[in-house]
Amino acid sequence: MIELHSIRKAFNQGHDNEYWALDGIDLHIEAKKVTALRGPSGSGKTTLLTIVGCLSRPTEGRVRLLGEDISGLPERFLTEIRRRRFGFIFQQFNLIRGLAALDNIILPAYPTGRPRRELLDRAEELLAGLKLGHRRHAKVEWLSGGEQQRVAICRALINDPEVLIADEPTANLDTHLAGEFMGILEGLAAQGRTILLTSHDPLVVESAVVQRVVDMRDGKLLSSPR
Amino acid sequence: MKLWLAKQRYLIDFTLASLARRKARNLGLLFVYIVLVFMLASVTLYTHALRQEAARVLAASPEVILQRMVAGRHDLIPPGYQERIGRIRGVQKVEGRLWGYYYDAVTKANYTFMVPAENAPAAGEIIVGPALERARGLAKNNGISFRSYSGKLHTFIVAEVLPQASELVSADLVLMSEASFRAFFDYPAGHYTDIALSVANPLEVRNVAVKLAAALPDARPILRDEVLRTYASIFDWREGIVLALLSAAILAFGILAWEKASGLSAEEKREIGILKAIGWETGDVIKMKFWEGLLISLTAFLIGFVAAYVHVFHFSASLFEPVLKGWAVLYPRFQLTPHIDGVQVATLFFFTVVPYAAAVLVPIWKAAITDPDSVMRS
Amino acid sequence: MRPADRALLLLLAGVAAFTLCFADAARLRGAAGADEAERTRLVAQLRLTDLALFTEARYTRHPSQADLHSAFQDHPLAFEHFPSGSLIGPPPGLVQSHSKVGGDGTAIPAAEVSK
Ligand SMILES: Nc1ncnc2c1ncn2[C@@H]1O[C@H](COP(=O)(O)OP(=O)(O)OP(=O)(O)O)[C@@H](O)[C@H]1O
Ligand SMILES: [Mg+2]
Repeated sequence: MIELHSIRKAFNQGHDNEYWALDGIDLHIEAKKVTALRGPSGSGKTTLLTIVGCLSRPTEGRVRLLGEDISGLPERFLTEIRRRRFGFIFQQFNLIRGLAALDNIILPAYPTGRPRRELLDRAEELLAGLKLGHRRHAKVEWLSGGEQQRVAICRALINDPEVLIADEPTANLDTHLAGEFMGILEGLAAQGRTILLTSHDPLVVESAVVQRVVDMRDGKLLSSPR
Repeated sequence: MKLWLAKQRYLIDFTLASLARRKARNLGLLFVYIVLVFMLASVTLYTHALRQEAARVLAASPEVILQRMVAGRHDLIPPGYQERIGRIRGVQKVEGRLWGYYYDAVTKANYTFMVPAENAPAAGEIIVGPALERARGLAKNNGISFRSYSGKLHTFIVAEVLPQASELVSADLVLMSEASFRAFFDYPAGHYTDIALSVANPLEVRNVAVKLAAALPDARPILRDEVLRTYASIFDWREGIVLALLSAAILAFGILAWEKASGLSAEEKREIGILKAIGWETGDVIKMKFWEGLLISLTAFLIGFVAAYVHVFHFSASLFEPVLKGWAVLYPRFQLTPHIDGVQVATLFFFTVVPYAAAVLVPIWKAAITDPDSVMRS
Repeated sequence: MRPADRALLLLLAGVAAFTLCFADAARLRGAAGADEAERTRLVAQLRLTDLALFTEARYTRHPSQADLHSAFQDHPLAFEHFPSGSLIGPPPGLVQSHSKVGGDGTAIPAAEVSK
């Protein structure tokens, strides 16, 4: 599904604080599988996620999505790909304060101009699937951490993307909620979505849901597939 | 097209929701903005309508008024002066005008006493302007006494009150017969206040003035063109209160725009990052903000302008009254005929809507072109 | 109703009110014809030269008839007495004529006068 070829990523390139966060990554992320990135803090996991999810471009190397080279595409096309093919679940959830749960969920679909009724129906359906239907009109800042994450998951799914990207999804959750999240993840994997996540949490990386763990250190991959 | 509209509606939805989050602040801003447009539009509408009115009405004033000047002061026309004008080609009529000012100690107001060239009232009778009617509580057939400058009391009967419709030109007039006028002011016989000349052909007016100036070096011809020009430049933007108002408005507007243009809060920057990360294009973010600027500035312009229109043309610009009245006791009550200058309205629109919309966009531009990967951190 | 639709509708109402102003102006102009004729008739009949806007002083009551010195009757450096004096400037004809110290009193170039 996604192939990375000798990806390198530099921050502040050309300045004296130049830093190579990724240094030669070759990775093939298979479709319809759950892949986890593991590694110490600062090893470049988040940076790799932003490159896979078209949030940023590699300094060197190629990214192929479904066989097509996307690393050289202009910003507009990257945005379009991001919108159609990727759903993001951020560590901080990154919901827009002041908006109701439903309004947050349908936000990624605004640029598509799809009918609002259709979007709301879909959002209700997603919320109901995560047992959050009763909080649909609550402003997101009133929701608990676990509820916020479920709203964020619904938002990631509104455009029905093939790939879900989650950065440290359980870092802000207690053990019980993390367990619930793994349950949700299992359901999503069962729907046939490709899932890429990063985690330190043994509960995540050692769970049966995760089919492949990739270890990273200092911007490089350590192991071949488990 | 339908898709485009659907998208814009979403963008407006979002921008309204973010405006609603800081409701008090944004409503306050909108209010200040409306007041600003209201003031500027009121001044613009009022002054333009007044200038138009003056131009139309005073087009009927005499072609040339001839004043005699003595030591830089307007002086009486002595007997024999009119004859010295002699026969100038193109001049149809030469008439002495008799008019002057009277300070009424009762109302502490100034009146303009005048002898009409046609249809003068009978001796002992006067015709009064509508403001006088109000100030002195006069009506037809009432008697009124004025103490003349020589100390004598003169009593007149009000034969008629000039129609309210003419108040803009006649508010303080007291019309009387020549005999009454001369008796009241002890006006020397054969003297006049100034001379009105009618010239049939407008092309000849300048020539006539040149000849008048040559024949009577101590005279000062005032052409109708000059009268009209005086009123065409009345309430010029450079003048006193208009300038003060204008600079205050511009200052307020500057603060408003600066507040917007000076940057985004961290919260807003974060939001833009989120929107871009979840699939909004840079263009969508900018359009969304553009709608914000447009909605606010357009709302302010429309409400401000309509309110100004109603204020000026349905409430006689009553908020300006204290300013326009000045120290005058007699103040004409008049309803301006709404002549609106499209170019002025367009200028007002341009200078109130565009800078604000631009001020909203500038900081967004900077924020919107940054990489969306920042949302993954922090 | 959606906020966007409400806002657009409101804006549309605003635009309608804005256009209505112009329609109303046209109506009032039409209705004011007789009154304006009345004023014009009076101006012609009485040989009037000025609007009766400010009655407090000679040069504000009849700005077009004022001589250059009337605003400074008391002293050439006297401050303006009346607020209305700050609303109406010196008649342009006056300033022009005195700008050349010919003293012929109008805006007619001195060369023309000598002809
Ligand atoms: N914008 C940036 N400018 C400079 N350096 C950066 C920037 N973003 C990340 N880095 C650096 O790149 C390295 C990799 O960061 P990254 O966030 O990918 O690590 P990570 O593996 O996700 O760590 P963690 O487990 O703590 O989230 C870090 O050393 C970080 O300091
Ligand atoms: Mg990280």
